Amino acid sequence: MAEGTSNEYWRWPEGKWTNPDIDWKKGTIIAAGVDVGSVSSQVVVVVDGELYSFGNTRTGYDSPDSARKAMHIALEETGLTVNNIDYCIGTGYGRVNVPMAQRTITEIACHARGANFMYGPEVRTVMDMGGQDCKAINCDEKGKVLNFMMNDKCAAGTGRGMEVFADLIRVPVWEIGPRSFQIEKEPPMISSTCVVFAKSEVVGLLEQGVPENDIMAAYCAAMAHRIMELLNRLGVHEKFVITGGIAKNEGVVKRLEKELGIKTAEKKWHKPEYKNYPFDTQIAGAAGAALFAEAMVSKGKAKSVRKA
Amino acid sequence: MLAFYGFKDGSGDWFITIDTDKCTGCGACVEVCPTQALAVGENAYDPFSEVHVARVKDEERKKIRYACAPCEPGYGAKPPPCVAVCEPGAIAHSEAWQQSYGNK
Repeated sequence: MAEGTSNEYWRWPEGKWTNPDIDWKKGTIIAAGVDVGSVSSQVVVVVDGELYSFGNTRTGYDSPDSARKAMHIALEETGLTVNNIDYCIGTGYGRVNVPMAQRTITEIACHARGANFMYGPEVRTVMDMGGQDCKAINCDEKGKVLNFMMNDKCAAGTGRGMEVFADLIRVPVWEIGPRSFQIEKEPPMISSTCVVFAKSEVVGLLEQGVPENDIMAAYCAAMAHRIMELLNRLGVHEKFVITGGIAKNEGVVKRLEKELGIKTAEKKWHKPEYKNYPFDTQIAGAAGAALFAEAMVSKGKAKSVRKA
Repeated sequence: MLAFYGFKDGSGDWFITIDTDKCTGCGACVEVCPTQALAVGENAYDPFSEVHVARVKDEERKKIRYACAPCEPGYGAKPPPCVAVCEPGAIAHSEAWQQSYGNK
């Protein structure tokens, strides 16, 4: 892999994890959720409703391949194979192209369900900031969607926009958040939210000799403001959480919190016994899909397709 | 559940809202829609619900402004046919059409 190659500033770290406390062979229902997004793909495996493993990788040009790659990452070293899985649900932008999935569910329903599982039943508003779209979802204590608003026509305020920006200013994407606070005073935000126009505006600022950190602050502020518009229309209720890759960018999250006047919930597992497990905001959609798959089988709504 | 279909851009908010709790899935709106933008099917946002509800077709969601304009105030009937025919009152259109086309 070309990890850390000097000219790929947009590359964010991939992740994988397997739960050491669970032996899948003792489980009754093994369910998987595959979330193939436009920028990243995740697979979450749950054994009897408990988190067993996950894999998080970048989506390539071929979505079936990305789904397989994410599945491989989640299953490697566990001894599990796709044949051991009872039911698998695909979600996300590329959900129609997931070869191992038995059915698909929209990512809106999955993110609400996943956030409910990860952050707890008090979650009322979920903001998913994905690779190429962002969606605001209000849900109830069971993680059921009450209403939602999606911005699927434009890449402004999305993860891909941040990647493009990282490449442009030649700063690794995960450094943008912390560095956007190393400034003397908050600069005026980038006025254009369109990624293409924002890019030319940033080039202009660079040419004027504006410090890089100030430009990062200006871009993060613009992104936070963009998300505000969506949230204002839908209404924000506590507990408010952000899922997806941008949730890892404190430069956007803290500015959004300030503008909203509402804090986002702490990034930690709701279940106390999960407290030492890694918390990855990007897996919410896949986690929701896996939990739906588990529920489908255990409630008898779907037949297990387990082969081994 | 309120499902918002459509988009917001520099020219305004272009949304159709369908209240899936009110919608009975009767399909009357599908029949009257002159651009065939609507369909009835499974509730995509509640996988365990067995009730079928109306939705805006996937391929129409990004073009909704143009698909719906012919029915909007100033151009077509008032209220738009899908809204008029919906007995439970589950469909609503956002304000931008009124603002953009209302006085023409």
